[in-house]
Amino acid sequence: MAEVRKFKVYRGDKNGGQLTEYNVQVEPGMVVLDGIHQIQRTQAADLACRWNCKAAKCGSCSAEVNGKPRLLCKTRLDDFDPAEIITVRPVKTFPLIRDLVCDVSWNFEVNKKIPPLTPKKTADWVMHQEDMDRVQEFRKCIECFLCQNVCHVLRNHDLKDRFYGPRFMVRIACLEMHPMDGLDRTKLLKDEAGLGFCNITKCCTEVCPEEIHITDNAIIPLKERVADRHYDPLRAFWRKIMGADHPCTCADGG
Amino acid sequence: MAGILSVTDPDRLGKTDRVDAWWVEPLLTVLGLTAFIVYSTWAAFQGDHYRFGPYLSPFYSPNIKEWFGWNLDFSFAFSILWVPAGFRATCYYYRKAYYRSYFMDPPGCAVGEPHGRSYLGETEFPFILQNLHRCFFYLAAIVLAFLWYDAYEAFFFKDAATGPATFGMGVGTIVLLVNVVTLTGFSFGCNSLRHLIGGKLDCFTCGATARIRHKLWGGVSLLNLRHTEWAWVSLFAVGFADLYVRLCSMGIWHDIRIF
Amino acid sequence: MSAESKYETHEYDVLVIGAGGAGLRAAIEASAMGARTALVCKSLLGKAHTVMAEGGIAAAMANVDPQDGWETHFKDTMRGGVFVNNWRMAQLHAQQAPDRVRELERWGAVFDRTHDGKILQRAFGGHTYRRLVHVGDRTGLEMIRTLQEKGVHQGIDVFMECAVTRLLKDGDRIAGAFAYWRETGRYVIFKSKAVVLCTGGIGKAYKITSNSWEYTGDGQALAYHAGAELLDMEFLQFHPTGMVWPPGVSGLLVTESVRGDGGQLRNNKGERFMFKHIPDRYKPQISETEAEANQWIAEIRAGKQPTARKPAELLPRDIVARGIYMEVKEGRGSPHGGVFLDISHMPAEYVKKKLPSMYHQFKDLADVDITREPMEVGPTTHYIMGGIRVNPDTQESAVPGLFAAGEAAGGLHGANRLGGNSLSDLLVFGKLAGEHAAQHAKTAGPPKVDDAQADGAAREMNEFFTRADGENPYQIHAELQDMMQSLVGIFRVEDELRKSLEKLATLKNRAARVCIKEGNKMFNPGWHLCKDLQNMILIAEAVARAAQFRKESRGAHSRLDHPGFNPEFAKVNTVAFKGRDGAMQLEGRPLPEMPAELKQLIETEKNHKERHG
Ligand SMILES: Cc1cc2nc3c(=O)[nH]c(=O)nc-3n(C[C@H](O)[C@H](O)[C@H](O)COP(=O)(O)OP(=O)(O)OC[C@H]3O[C@@H](n4cnc5c(N)ncnc54)[C@H](O)[C@@H]3O)c2cc1C
Ligand code: SF4
Ligand code: SF4
Ligand code: FES
Ligand code: FES
Repeated sequence: MAEVRKFKVYRGDKNGGQLTEYNVQVEPGMVVLDGIHQIQRTQAADLACRWNCKAAKCGSCSAEVNGKPRLLCKTRLDDFDPAEIITVRPVKTFPLIRDLVCDVSWNFEVNKKIPPLTPKKTADWVMHQEDMDRVQEFRKCIECFLCQNVCHVLRNHDLKDRFYGPRFMVRIACLEMHPMDGLDRTKLLKDEAGLGFCNITKCCTEVCPEEIHITDNAIIPLKERVADRHYDPLRAFWRKIMGADHPCTCADGG
Repeated sequence: MAGILSVTDPDRLGKTDRVDAWWVEPLLTVLGLTAFIVYSTWAAFQGDHYRFGPYLSPFYSPNIKEWFGWNLDFSFAFSILWVPAGFRATCYYYRKAYYRSYFMDPPGCAVGEPHGRSYLGETEFPFILQNLHRCFFYLAAIVLAFLWYDAYEAFFFKDAATGPATFGMGVGTIVLLVNVVTLTGFSFGCNSLRHLIGGKLDCFTCGATARIRHKLWGGVSLLNLRHTEWAWVSLFAVGFADLYVRLCSMGIWHDIRIF
Repeated sequence: MSAESKYETHEYDVLVIGAGGAGLRAAIEASAMGARTALVCKSLLGKAHTVMAEGGIAAAMANVDPQDGWETHFKDTMRGGVFVNNWRMAQLHAQQAPDRVRELERWGAVFDRTHDGKILQRAFGGHTYRRLVHVGDRTGLEMIRTLQEKGVHQGIDVFMECAVTRLLKDGDRIAGAFAYWRETGRYVIFKSKAVVLCTGGIGKAYKITSNSWEYTGDGQALAYHAGAELLDMEFLQFHPTGMVWPPGVSGLLVTESVRGDGGQLRNNKGERFMFKHIPDRYKPQISETEAEANQWIAEIRAGKQPTARKPAELLPRDIVARGIYMEVKEGRGSPHGGVFLDISHMPAEYVKKKLPSMYHQFKDLADVDITREPMEVGPTTHYIMGGIRVNPDTQESAVPGLFAAGEAAGGLHGANRLGGNSLSDLLVFGKLAGEHAAQHAKTAGPPKVDDAQADGAAREMNEFFTRADGENPYQIHAELQDMMQSLVGIFRVEDELRKSLEKLATLKNRAARVCIKEGNKMFNPGWHLCKDLQNMILIAEAVARAAQFRKESRGAHSRLDHPGFNPEFAKVNTVAFKGRDGAMQLEGRPLPEMPAELKQLIETEKNHKERHG
């Protein structure tokens, strides 16, 4: 049973680095993170890698395995062809600190810019499961930032100064659709958050380990909400003749 | 801590560490969409062979020529087709499909593309117009009503010999029916509709109307879950419906009456 | 050169170490009281252990069972802890938990709801009424995310991936902490008038554990060295059901809800063995036949008020863990050294709906479809009831200005913690700790940092690199884990405990010379482990000593050589502290006197238990 699997792990820091080969003794049911741990224990004590829960619950162990953004603790070795080499690299979109660890602090900075839950004056906190269901999907996010990593607006176009990224669209959607929230974040979405940069190509949804329908349930509904306020010619016309700023929101319950 | 922006290494188109066949999907999309666009443009230029018995090609519906007795010297398909074309072109699914496969923006997930920081997404002209998708939905809904009418008409065969129309069904009837059903499945799974019908509400349970709209939203959401599949099936169905009517009308194919 | 000019230095009123539920709640409170507050944690924000909690938050809100109230919650907690809990903590906890939960909701938490739009509550082991506020099986995530959002918008300064290695003192009082940045390895000094320790548990000293790499007993060790006392360290909870296979996930938690929803424990002969292990005192609540147990499940599923008694699988965690252990030891275990936990007799849809994350966990990680086949499970080191001894009203330790809350602090849970009581603990005592730390900071003058202490702390960290001949930390860590697992595990005997202390002494000597040859100070996990190892060994010693001291079996602490309660030990808590000579001292300390009205509340309960235990 002493099967050996070839790993190639990126070793290096911001000044450069290379893929280094390791042989890993395969145990049944092994995930890539187990392989990394084995390398740390036996071959490279200083191999840098983040992890916490080993159960896909904390979102720490994000990396790219054979080119695909994944959680290391959820990626089984036997999902790969026995001959395939397992190549593990850090996520590409964020500045490398060392080996598999990147500086994801930008995400925490973005989060600070989003106004938190601001209860309506009339909030009575009687909330029904029907309303919770929609919001709870977004609350499943474990902040692995794999979606931020794969989103081409950030990854290829490097527009971190103009677009908050899918994780924070999920966050904003969650607040906007909260039945007790009284704030309108559509202007923020259109301008600072850069919602228009998303071209709904859905890579974020494809990689999300929590299977949140990021594009369909968060981003597109937000685009529609922004369209209500800013791009709907019929509504604009209505607003003009009625002289009202919020044409339908009152009747619709906001 | 390091600066905000990472030093993204310059990307080449298609550069990736992925080892799977990521290019298959965009390739199939290009082939499928191009085939449809070429066929439908050709068919729209014909201006002929769009009617056979009770069957009317969806490309030529509503049949404004017949209704108003206009003698148009261009194929009137163009005065109609911009609606479904616009509807599909601004559809959230198709946007994904062609941004990925035609514009290579991105060609696949975690696959390189060269455009750099000049990328504008849907923030500027022309793509900012995608926000008008809901307007196309309104128009497409009207066209859809006509297609339902056409499918209904396809059950009534006028026989020159016996005079009045008789109820019946041919393979063409089924083709038109399938066409309109799939188009409905596609249109009623539209994200704009999903928003307008209930998604825009922040509270699904505040009042009786909100509860009804929540139910409707649930229905649309169910269709929306398979919007991609509906998009392809309905695209194929509508092209096939035109082809079927066209072949029958040209005498190349003989419609089969079931009863 | 003074320490403050030599090292990066930050000055705060309140320094909170640890950003789990307790730390975040403490920081929010301190900052709300106007204190300049810093929050330091080893991982990224939002990744602390709290994120992994599944079942729920225990709070007597009486949304589902109107009969519930703080008195019942108090009683349940005391009974679960076998009456060595700190009564005042148990009282405050039961009284304040509902408000803390409501507050979370105001800050954005979205809990599951009842039909009339209130917060839904579920049943759990040891709680008389349905009491656990929850979100499916990811309650901890909801809690930490809510607190995190609240915290960052309140202007708390967060120092992520920054590990504290030593507390700094100014005479008797606290002066701050010494830490290093994981990213760069640079040292940093936090100067502060009050420090709150919320660093969680010690599970990583064991081989099989549901805990992450962070759980190395740092807070307990920091406090111990600073002169605080450690309470009841022998009480370590082994959760009965952890995964045992595949090797990579052994110890990973299988939630108690599996049994609550109908899961049956069987040995390799197909016997439901827990029926053999029902103590007399539980006979009134627990069914003695399979038929009756099945009837209970059927009634619960049908939404009826049960007329049958609960299945034996729902005995308290300590009893079930011991039951499983005995089966394995006596050769009736499963192929990978556990027992079978089977829920496949329930309809597949029901299982997937009730236990989504368990379904995926087994499917993705073990290739087991739990709707069709049994799981293999065994006990796993889960939670430490003991911890830093604090004043129940203020959460202040024996060191002025040093506070503690959450799993790092001791007292609330006594000899055994009830499921759900930890998350509520974090909220209630996190708040109190933050409040009193801020208060303390208001009256305290600016502390002085002692250069020698800071330099000493830096030297300790540097030496892991400069020593040339020491051992690799991974090796010693593995030996420690094996040793603790086999000698200070679920069942303890004098002989093995003595052996463990001997072994710990040698490990301690070896660890004192541990070194790291690879890499530099930049994000070097081997280097970090060098320091964590020292803490684990120290805390392991406290656990072993306390276990040796308590010559009785109570709650999670089982002595094969002293089965049953001992009235002498029923009256004391164990306390470990650093003696004048630098060696660890251990003594029994009388339980605080309980006021008459609370005594009365639990008296009937207690008499029964002491007689039949
Ligand atoms: C799998 C699992 C499921 C559970 N389910 C439940 C449940 O359903 N209900 C329930 O009530 N309880 C449950 N528990 C228990 C509960 O989750 C924990 O006891 C609780 O979360 C501990 O919270 P805390 O705030 O004390 O510490 P943690 O959340 O563990 O936070 C510790 C913090 O301290 C930091 N830290 C540690 N050392 C240092 C250092 N040296 N320097 C700087 N920072 C440091 C860490 O980085 C971390 O931020 C569960 C536990 C586990 C493991
Ligand atoms: S759908 Fe939008 S947010 Fe998601 S990856 Fe694509 S561009 Fe980025
Ligand atoms: S939305 Fe999904 S992919 Fe993005 S950070 Fe959250 S869990 Fe990760
Ligand atoms: S370690 Fe927590 S998600 Fe992988
Ligand atoms: S989103 Fe596809 S039709 Fe509207």
